[in-house]
Formats: sequence, C-alpha cells, structure tokens
Amino acid sequence: MNSIRKKEPIFKKKRFRSEEKKDMISGYLYIAPFFIIFTLIGLYPALFSFYLAFQKWNGLSPMTFNGFGNFQLVLTDPLFWKSVYNTIIMGVMGTAPQLIVGLILAYLLNMAFLKFKSFFRVTIFMPYLTSMVAVALIFSVLFSNHESSLANYVLTHLFGLDPISWAASEWGTKIAISLMVFWRWVGYNTIIYLAGIQSIPNDLYEAATVDGANKFQQLWYITIPMMKPFIILTVFTSTVGAMQLFSEPTVFLGADAFTRDEAMTIVMYLYRDAFRLQSFGTASATAIILLVIITLFAVINLRLVQGFGRKKRGVQK
Amino acid sequence: MSNQIQKHRKKLSIGSIVVYSFLCIASILSLFPFYWMFVMATRPSAAYNTIPPTLTPGNMLVENFNKVLNQIDFFGGMWNSFVLCVVVTIVVLFISSLAGFAFAKFKFPGKNILFVAILVTMIIPPQLGLIPQYFLISKAGLLDTLAGVMILSFLNPLGIFLMRQYISGAVPDELIEAAKLDGCSNFRIYWRIVLPIILPAFATLGIIVFTAVWGEFLWQFTVLRDPDSYTIQVALAQLSNTNNIDFGMILSGVFWATVPLLIIFLLFNRLFISSITEGSVKS
Repeated sequence: MNSIRKKEPIFKKKRFRSEEKKDMISGYLYIAPFFIIFTLIGLYPALFSFYLAFQKWNGLSPMTFNGFGNFQLVLTDPLFWKSVYNTIIMGVMGTAPQLIVGLILAYLLNMAFLKFKSFFRVTIFMPYLTSMVAVALIFSVLFSNHESSLANYVLTHLFGLDPISWAASEWGTKIAISLMVFWRWVGYNTIIYLAGIQSIPNDLYEAATVDGANKFQQLWYITIPMMKPFIILTVFTSTVGAMQLFSEPTVFLGADAFTRDEAMTIVMYLYRDAFRLQSFGTASATAIILLVIITLFAVINLRLVQGFGRKKRGVQK
Repeated sequence: MSNQIQKHRKKLSIGSIVVYSFLCIASILSLFPFYWMFVMATRPSAAYNTIPPTLTPGNMLVENFNKVLNQIDFFGGMWNSFVLCVVVTIVVLFISSLAGFAFAKFKFPGKNILFVAILVTMIIPPQLGLIPQYFLISKAGLLDTLAGVMILSFLNPLGIFLMRQYISGAVPDELIEAAKLDGCSNFRIYWRIVLPIILPAFATLGIIVFTAVWGEFLWQFTVLRDPDSYTIQVALAQLSNTNNIDFGMILSGVFWATVPLLIIFLLFNRLFISSITEGSVKS
C-alpha cells in the first residue's frame, strides 16, 4: 500500500485519505450492532441491578430506597447460606472428579496403540449433546425416591446398602445432581484435554526418552505442565458454571424445586426471591453477591492451579 | 533376547487391557442413560416397579409418546426451539462476522480498547442482569414471545472473537486492497469476498451457537410463561411438574426431543467435536 501511495499522483492521495475515512466509518458501523444490543440489554440491566439492589420493590408499586437493607436481609437469611453451602458442595462434587477423570480419559485416548479412537471419543462426548433439562429428567427417573429406582436397585442389590430417597434427602439430592453434572460434562472436558495433549510437540517426549525419563516422569514433567493452560481454562469455566447451577436442580426436583432446601442453589434462591416472592430488591442484592462469590472462587481456583504448576517447576529444577 | 521381547509384549498387552476396559466402562456409562431412556420410553410406567429392573425395550413407544402429546405441545415446542435457534444462529453469524471483519481489517481509533471491551463482557455472569432484563422485555411487550428470548442470545462476544481470528488469518489483505482499487464498497467486499472465504468458520460458530441456544434454560424459563410460547426445554420441564408422575411418558418426551440432535451429531460428529473444542480452547 505504501509503495502505491508513493507512485500515485496527488489526486490519488486524496482518494486514499477519503478511503481511510470510509474504512473508519465502516469499522464503527460494523461493530455497532453488538454494542447497541449490548448497551441496551447487557450493560444497562447489569448496572440497573446495582441500583435495584438498594431499593425495595415488588415489581408493581414504586421503588423505595432501602440502603443496605436488602444485603442485610439476604446475608442474615439462613436459606441464603444454605444455598451457598449447597452450591459449593455440589460444585466440588460435580466438577473436581470430572476434571480428574477427564484428564485420565484424554491421556488414554491419546495412546498410540489405541484402536476405535473415534468411537470412544464420540460416545464419551455424546452426553454433552443432551440439554440440561433432558439430563435432569433422565436422572430424575434413574434416581427417583422409589425403592425400585435403578439407582436404589444398584445400591441395595449390588452393594447391600439401604435405599436412598434421592429427591428428598440432604445428600441424596446433592449426589444425584453432582452425578448428572459429572455425566454431562466429563466428555466435554476430555475433548478439550485431548486437544491440549495433542498440541504438545512430540520432540519433548523423544528428548525425555533419550534422557532416560520413564512414562510416569514424562506424564508428570511434560504432559501436565504443558497442559496447564487447558487445565486453567477448564477449571475457570467449570468453577463459573458450578456457581451458576440452576437448571439441573430445578428440573430434577420439579414441583418441589423452590419449596425444598436440600438442593437450592444461589441462582435458585435469586430466582425464587424475584419470580416467586416478588422481592426484586433482595433478588438483585443476591445477584450482586453472586457476582462477588463467582469472582472470588474464580480467582482462588486460578491461583491454586497456577501455584500448583509453579511448585512443580521448582521441583523440576 | 526373544524372551525379553515376549516379556515386553506381555506387559504391553496387560496395560492395553486396562486401558481398553477403562475406556469401555466410560463409553458404557456414557451410553447407558441413552439406552435406558429408550427402554423406559417403550414401557408402561409400571415397568419401573419391577425388581430386577427392566432392561429390554417394550412395545409402548407410540402410546407413551401419545401421552406426552396430551400433556405438552411437543411439536409446538420443537418448532419454537427450532425457529429460535435458526434465527439466533443466522443473526449471530451476521453480527459476529461483520464485527470480526471490522476488527481484523479496518483501522479506526479505539479499536483495541473496544475489542478488549467485548472480551470483558464474556465474564459478566448472565444472572447479574436477569431481573432488569426481565422487566425490559416485559416493558417492550416481548414476554411470552420468541423475540424476547432471542434478543439476549444475539450477544455473542465469543463469536466476534472467533471471527476476528479467522478473518485475520484466512482473508489476505491484498485481496481486499485489490477489490478496493476496483471500486468495491466495504460492504460489498464483506458480502462478496469475505463471506465465501469464512464459510468453514460459519460452520464452527453455527454449531456452537445452535447447541447453546437449544439447551439454554434459565432465560427461556423466565421469559416464556404461556404454554403456547414454550420452547421444547421449557415444555419438557413441565413433564416433571405434574402431580401424577408417569416415568414412561417423561422419558418418551425426552427421548424424542433428544433424538434429532443426536442424529445430526452422529452424522457430523467430527465437525461437532472440533467446533466445540475450538470454541472453548481459542478463548
């Protein structure tokens, strides 16, 4: 472009200048749709939530300023803390095993001698295709309260334990919901890890083999450190996802979803405040608190993962 | 020497047996709920109470589905979800590719800041604005309409990001310069030159958007209260909301709602898997 400019006579230069201006206008015009929609329905509501969090409002009568009253109400509500507890417990049970199993599966799927690779990949990925509602419904039948439900049959006949009322007990609901989260997402994470493992250059392993490193050392010193960006990615997305858990418990418990507290999550608490109790101020306060909690957990988890990798590199030295 | 090789082989085969059995168990556990859903969809609800559990298909496939049809507007829900996904996918592809084109190929002040701003919007949790969004949609008279559901899904920062990456790599600057010298307008360049080149990226982003919108629940559940406006997800959720729970019927509904997507997936599984990996890994 520069060489053209030098050669062209003056009137051409002018044409170029107007061309640049045209490009500028086009640039702004082409990114405008996103920003217009975002301002209207993304940014404005998000900011309005901060305003609403300080108001008392039932959706009909005028709002009245409530100071920190909403936050106080939420933070002193035992049900809110129960929902935080439930969310964390189900988050840990649903995602931690998922990431570990995902790593193992990805490692196995990458083995050179393995046949039927694409078959295993497709079947393990398939659960991701079912919607959250579908998964919750399938599991609500698998893990129903009946003594004859499949889950209880396995418990009583294969393990000799007592049947559990999966949809009405403190741990039953949490285990069932964590299992459905696990089932749906483990294949997804496996595929991401697999992409990660395949992106590691083979030379590293060859060099390690020459240096006399065994398979386990290769896994520990090459595969896992090289996988760090992918592990960080999945830890981040599953932490954020786990804090936002809503569909699975809501559909799993059906009519009881907003009256029972065994599986009430933070987002369910928010939804219940807003759309069942018409208390939009406290619901908005909950949304702000949720934002804080999500940020907190995301930062903590990322620190943990990063620290883990750093320590290992130290050992390596 | 030969003894050593034999030993080595034996070791390998034990290792491979472990690997294969682990993967087979994982596959079976992944597939079993699908199979079992099919079994239950073909059995009367009473089959649920038998010990040992029924694990073979019965002959109630049609009856159970008829019960679903009596309970919810299944085809209406499928149609609504389909329309929703198609419209959102097309709009997102258009908005994202246009913006991606601008970010990849044009110079304008504030470009980098604006691009980063788009990426930052990705980390806002969708629940933060839920309540004001609900009232906005309600004020606009869009409650119980697909348009009310759609508008939120039009926001897809990931799409803009993916498109920018793809366009910077796949569309040569010389081609655009040449078109400009021929007097092509910028939009014409987008329409005639950029679009045909980025069709593969459209497949990737299209799959990501379609599956995400198909399965989304919270927002659809919030906006759609009138049964006529239900998408399939909201309609299915009603199946477990009745007092008289019929397991055969519930799983029949889930089965028929899942089958179409599964067939599409099995036909294009490579494309699906690579799209969804690409979408999350690149970000």
